[in-house]
Amino acid sequence: MLIHLVARRAAVAFLLAVLAASKASAQFEFVGSWAPLASEDVQNDSVPVDYLGLALTDEARSRALSYDESQKSMIERQCAGWGAAYMVLGPFGLRVTSQTDPVVNRVVSFTIGAWEDWNGMIIWMDGRPRPSEHALHTQAGFTVGRWEGGALAARTTHVKAGFIRKTGVPLTDQATIDWRFFRHGDLLTVLMVATDPVYLVEPEIVSKSFRLSRTPLDYRAECVTAYEGREPGDSVPHYAPDQNPFADEFVNLYHLPREAVLGYRETLYPEYRKKIKDTYVPPPPCTSSCGAAGNFVLRQ
Amino acid sequence: MKTWSAAATVLLIIPFWVLAGPTAVRAQQQGGGAGKSARDAAPIDLTGYWVSYVTENWRYRMVTPAKGEYRRIPSSRAALPLINAWDPAADERAGNQCKSYGAGAIMSVPGRLHITWQDADTLRIETDAGTQTRLFHFSPGASAATSATSATSPGPRSWQGESTATWEPATGGNAGGGGGSLRVVTSNLRAGYLRKNGVPYSERTTVTEHFDVAPLPDGGRLLLVTTIVEDPVYLTGPYVVSPHFKKEPDGSKWDPTPCSSTW
Repeated sequence: MLIHLVARRAAVAFLLAVLAASKASAQFEFVGSWAPLASEDVQNDSVPVDYLGLALTDEARSRALSYDESQKSMIERQCAGWGAAYMVLGPFGLRVTSQTDPVVNRVVSFTIGAWEDWNGMIIWMDGRPRPSEHALHTQAGFTVGRWEGGALAARTTHVKAGFIRKTGVPLTDQATIDWRFFRHGDLLTVLMVATDPVYLVEPEIVSKSFRLSRTPLDYRAECVTAYEGREPGDSVPHYAPDQNPFADEFVNLYHLPREAVLGYRETLYPEYRKKIKDTYVPPPPCTSSCGAAGNFVLRQ
Repeated sequence: MKTWSAAATVLLIIPFWVLAGPTAVRAQQQGGGAGKSARDAAPIDLTGYWVSYVTENWRYRMVTPAKGEYRRIPSSRAALPLINAWDPAADERAGNQCKSYGAGAIMSVPGRLHITWQDADTLRIETDAGTQTRLFHFSPGASAATSATSATSPGPRSWQGESTATWEPATGGNAGGGGGSLRVVTSNLRAGYLRKNGVPYSERTTVTEHFDVAPLPDGGRLLLVTTIVEDPVYLTGPYVVSPHFKKEPDGSKWDPTPCSSTW
């Protein structure tokens, strides 16, 4: 009798041990400081009109071309450029902490700390429901995550209308952003898939890698609005879309096709490369004011 | 009596707990169950046709950048003379027009992949851009560490080198279950270019790749290839990129084109 009881309990314990081991290995340690690896061009904001790698609707293109950088001097528009997507578009690292329910010792959420203008992100891991679609939309949005197939998967909704590129490429408050965080050793690769039924013909997909940092990344305050010279009621700085003075700057600087710089869908696929094969002329080598690494991004 | 049985149970739990966890993890790291072929042990399905979706590094991938531009690549001082001496016509004449299609760069070259199982333990990747073929050899039971060592085989160097592959399955999980990743280590390479405009990597280069798949909101699938290029000669540190591909229903858009040193 006693032997049976002990055997039964041992079998249950064994099952629990195996389950615990398998569950733990499906997750990874996300908490820590992750330094950015700047080996990919994902930021695309060094010139005012650079929509490379985007598949924009015509309306999005018009709105983007109407954008004037001086809009940042308006209090209500100052933070619009640094929405949730800026996590992978910006040049900064990720400082991740977790919040744990002390009673059941389970992770309730991960927080990716703010960095300068970016507001940070809370990824809720406790299965809480999303707020009503009529709930407040914020710069950071509302993000729910779960472990799936060895990756951390998350989805952000309830974002405030803003920009997907801080140079004025718009994103509506109907956008959703799906995230996957993959860890391979000390490397964290973050995949972002942003979908917008109004401004994107196809999702904006960006992946960016980070390396685990032995020293903690520093803290920077998030975007805080301040008076910068424009009064309430002042007109919104803008260009007529067909008169943006910077529309061809990037085109001329690197001999790039205009439709690629303006974010046409077809430019994202290999067929396009074949299409421009006989018309594209590489720019000449840079000889002065070349900037870092032999490019000539320094603007005159 | 009850106290004794509870104590006995706890004593039984401890060795199970200690042994079960690491063993399960180790088994997964070694690429699936014993006796299973790599094809049968695959935690993710990579086969089929995939198309580059060029939303990153567009200016370096879709067109040939200016001679001398190596922005975003941690090139060493030793690389600079080669970067500035790039001569695509000379490469063409020397039969080196595939230098920018080697394993260090090929996944970033815009094009399509056709992934199939050549045999039960060899995954084959063909590219229509440059008509290259990569073979990923699985060694059943080999750990990632020994795989990396065995990748340096004594065969002749080639554009695609020798690749050793290991599944890294995830286990359990809360939702979705399954899943995992493919890790590939490639060496024994011919010297090539990381970028079309002649930014070099040497034959001492090792390329480590992690293949992951993710669902897309429209029901499609995305293949993400995190690529780490390490070269003690022409790089000052690892060069990391993560090109991605969308799954296609069939090979109707497959369009093989030969290597070109200018385009």
